[in-house]
Amino acid sequence: MAGSATAGAQALAKGSEPAPSPPRSLEPVHSRVRLRVNGTDHDLEVDTRTSLLDALREHLHLTGTKKGCDHGQCGACTIMVDGQRINSCLTLAVMHEGDAITTIEGLGTPDKLHPMQAAFISHDGYQCGYCTPGQICSAVAVLEEIGQGIPSHVTADISAAPSLSADEIRERMSGNICRCGAYSNIIEAITEVAGRRA
Amino acid sequence: MKFQTPAGHNPIDRMSVVGQPLDRIDGPLKTTGTAPYAYEQHDAAPDAAYGHVVGAGIAKGRIRRLDIKAAERAPGVLAVITADTAGPLEVGPHNTVPLLGGPEIRHYHQAVALVVAESFEAARAAAGRVRIEYEAHAGAYDLEAARTTATAPEANAQMGEPDTQVGDFLGAFADAPVRLDETYTTPDQSHMMMEPHASIARWDDGTLTLWTSTQMVEWCARGIAKTLRMDRSKVHVISPYIGGGFGGKLFLRADALLAALGARATGRPVKVALHRPLIANNSTHRPATIQRVRLGATRDGVITAIGHESWSGDQPGGGPETAVSQTRLLYAGANRLTAMRLAVLDLPEGNSMRAPGEAPGMMALEIAMDEMAEKLRLDPVEFRIRNDTQVDPENPERPFSARPLITCLQTGAAQFGWQRRDARPGRVKDGQWLVGLGMAAAFRNNLPMTSGARVRLDGDGRITVETDMTDIGTGSYTIIAQTAAEMMGVRMDQVEVRLGDSTYPVSAGSGGQFGANNATSGVYAACIGLREEVARRLGFNSQDADFADGQVRSGNRSAPLASAAARGEIVAEDRIEYGDLHKTHQQSTFGSHFVEVAVDGATGEVRVRRMLAVCAAGRILNPKSARSQVIGAMTMGVGAALMEHLKVDTRRGFFVNHDLASYEVPVHADIPHQEVIFLDETDPMSSPMKAKGVGELGICGVAAAVANAIYNATGVRVRDYPITLDTYLDRLPDVA
Ligand code: FES
Ligand code: FES
Repeated sequence: MAGSATAGAQALAKGSEPAPSPPRSLEPVHSRVRLRVNGTDHDLEVDTRTSLLDALREHLHLTGTKKGCDHGQCGACTIMVDGQRINSCLTLAVMHEGDAITTIEGLGTPDKLHPMQAAFISHDGYQCGYCTPGQICSAVAVLEEIGQGIPSHVTADISAAPSLSADEIRERMSGNICRCGAYSNIIEAITEVAGRRA
Repeated sequence: MKFQTPAGHNPIDRMSVVGQPLDRIDGPLKTTGTAPYAYEQHDAAPDAAYGHVVGAGIAKGRIRRLDIKAAERAPGVLAVITADTAGPLEVGPHNTVPLLGGPEIRHYHQAVALVVAESFEAARAAAGRVRIEYEAHAGAYDLEAARTTATAPEANAQMGEPDTQVGDFLGAFADAPVRLDETYTTPDQSHMMMEPHASIARWDDGTLTLWTSTQMVEWCARGIAKTLRMDRSKVHVISPYIGGGFGGKLFLRADALLAALGARATGRPVKVALHRPLIANNSTHRPATIQRVRLGATRDGVITAIGHESWSGDQPGGGPETAVSQTRLLYAGANRLTAMRLAVLDLPEGNSMRAPGEAPGMMALEIAMDEMAEKLRLDPVEFRIRNDTQVDPENPERPFSARPLITCLQTGAAQFGWQRRDARPGRVKDGQWLVGLGMAAAFRNNLPMTSGARVRLDGDGRITVETDMTDIGTGSYTIIAQTAAEMMGVRMDQVEVRLGDSTYPVSAGSGGQFGANNATSGVYAACIGLREEVARRLGFNSQDADFADGQVRSGNRSAPLASAAARGEIVAEDRIEYGDLHKTHQQSTFGSHFVEVAVDGATGEVRVRRMLAVCAAGRILNPKSARSQVIGAMTMGVGAALMEHLKVDTRRGFFVNHDLASYEVPVHADIPHQEVIFLDETDPMSSPMKAKGVGELGICGVAAAVANAIYNATGVRVRDYPITLDTYLDRLPDVA
């Protein structure tokens, strides 16, 4: 079987040929970091290369935040850090010491849904569900951003308060790809929640 | 249960649960991030190691030297798997190319190594230390250049004959007073489902458990068993949630095989997700086509000759994109010709993507119909109506089981305001925008597939359904629960649905829009068995027993359903199998697509403003989730029309734009509000559910409707997809 391939660094070191120890630069650097996730503090020791996304998914087992591309191209990993939405694949965990992080798990639970989660269900704003946590986190943040008067590319008058129009919402949600194509329903879900708030 | 005669009245006809627009039952899990996908099974494999895949850096040739020493010595590395160390591997029944390459390389990013390490970061870093020297060979990467070398592929059940002829096509075409002869091209496309291919593998005493993301559980299980030369019974595949597939996850792929090999080598569970930039070239894609369509008609718009030829390419041993298939069935015409030709290309392997065949085929045929209507000075809706057929045009003995295409066209035209369209292109302006309307027919076949299920009734009156069916976003969990609830007369919250596990009965799986109808029919069959056993235990005549409101009634007797299982759970298992009805009757789904676009008169930017689909697809089991299937397909159709294009580097033989930034797919800002209308239809020939499929019907024709709308807006006809600025900017009408 694949015995020879199992030889890791240790096995090689025991072999007849003395294996040179790996150059220093290869040894991973670990660091401690405290993340405040959904209101709970977590003390982690992570490889400094660990993205915030992987810290959530692989270390804290909060797998609601999805990895679609790992490159900032899809939005599946959208979370909120200190109230602002970010792509968690594009930032390292160790850069977030003490930051307040909200993930999809922090918005609501199956028994106690956040209004946005409930609206996604009633408007069928998802299909496979893989982009969905990112869409919902983005949607919640978009309504905050509009509420704060932050303009977007399609805001006609940037000195006036941006509207809650479908075009504004579409523009602001465009970093969250849904390959299942639930967009039309997602906009209806967000519009319903926005209307309830307004 | 063998389905051999048209369905009569049955418990589903009550439609008290089936046919209702219920919310999906998996919604609370999916919207809260608590539905565990393949890579997220921490409970099942808490000590999993991480695998990172290395893909080949050439398209064709050999590995001259593969040096894994530096990778093996890298910190945290547990194993490096290559073709040299993997042990003997076969090729799975659905695969064209070995999933682990070396020394021979068959395509770019074919997997050549898996690096397994304690952490994701360590595996990824060490993968960069695998050193490979290649000997690159010349290959064929350009379909247009290889077109003259293409040959007729071998006929098979799925594809049919490569050549079909009825009457005298060439003679009738030559004699036709009005003729169209145009060539259209469609590009290679990528599924780009949001969840990458991902698997966790664990070995226990020679038994392999795979948590994976697959549309077809049994195909995956058989694929890995064959590839690893092991007994199918030693493989357990689990796939409860799938983050999209669209045909890209139909059968065993590299993530699952490499996870299994990595786990075998390390004695640890191993998890592998294909990293996004690898997917487009490592996995399958929809192959590009060149399609020639010839139409001949009388002056009053009756088609007398219809011909469609398609060229596509694939790896040696692969198959064609069956882009002519709809043309054999969609329109009348006494003289007919279709042909498919297949060239050998050394690009990554082609395979199914949402509505294989019809999706690209309709992209060509439905522009051709628009062009022909204009030549005939006929409205494109009217032209299609004039050439409707109620029988298989190649075999008039064979009627369609149901074919309300004309109603789809007329309903759509009325609903969309089609009569307001100005047939003269470039006439309608809205400020800086040129506005146009376009339409196309929609068509996709219904495929009967054997599908099994097991149902259980417990002493509390709860029903549990078990089948290896998958829910890839299609709503399987929900429509299966609806079917069981209707059949057994219980509430939705009394039904539990367990899917995606190879220990459950084998289902149709998810593909070819065959999942919903066949999987629910399998559940129907099992429920008939459960009803009979319940009636027997209660001492009722099963023929006249009525199951409703948690009660079983027969004559003037009544008993709680739960009481039948008071002495122990009742289990029934069956599967749906099909007789000849799909042979005596052609079973297809029909529709129409209507699109309004605006094209910026100066910049050429295209905005899709309105979209409507009208669908006739048999009984709609859940109008809410079915509608979502259709809008999703319409969205992918907009992508096909305007942006999706795997660009081939024809010198080095690979898809250049292999990630989600450079392979563009529609985003929120590209998609307007979408309308869907389902015609009220039941098809007793299709199954006891009287349903057909709808998830692929929704994409067939959309791209052509967009192209036709752009023509109506601008007068510019583009026959090469996708319709990007560079294909028409220099032809836009002068702005005043
Ligand atoms: S996973 Fe972060 S943007 Fe795609
Ligand atoms: S629901 Fe599947 S990608 Fe959005």
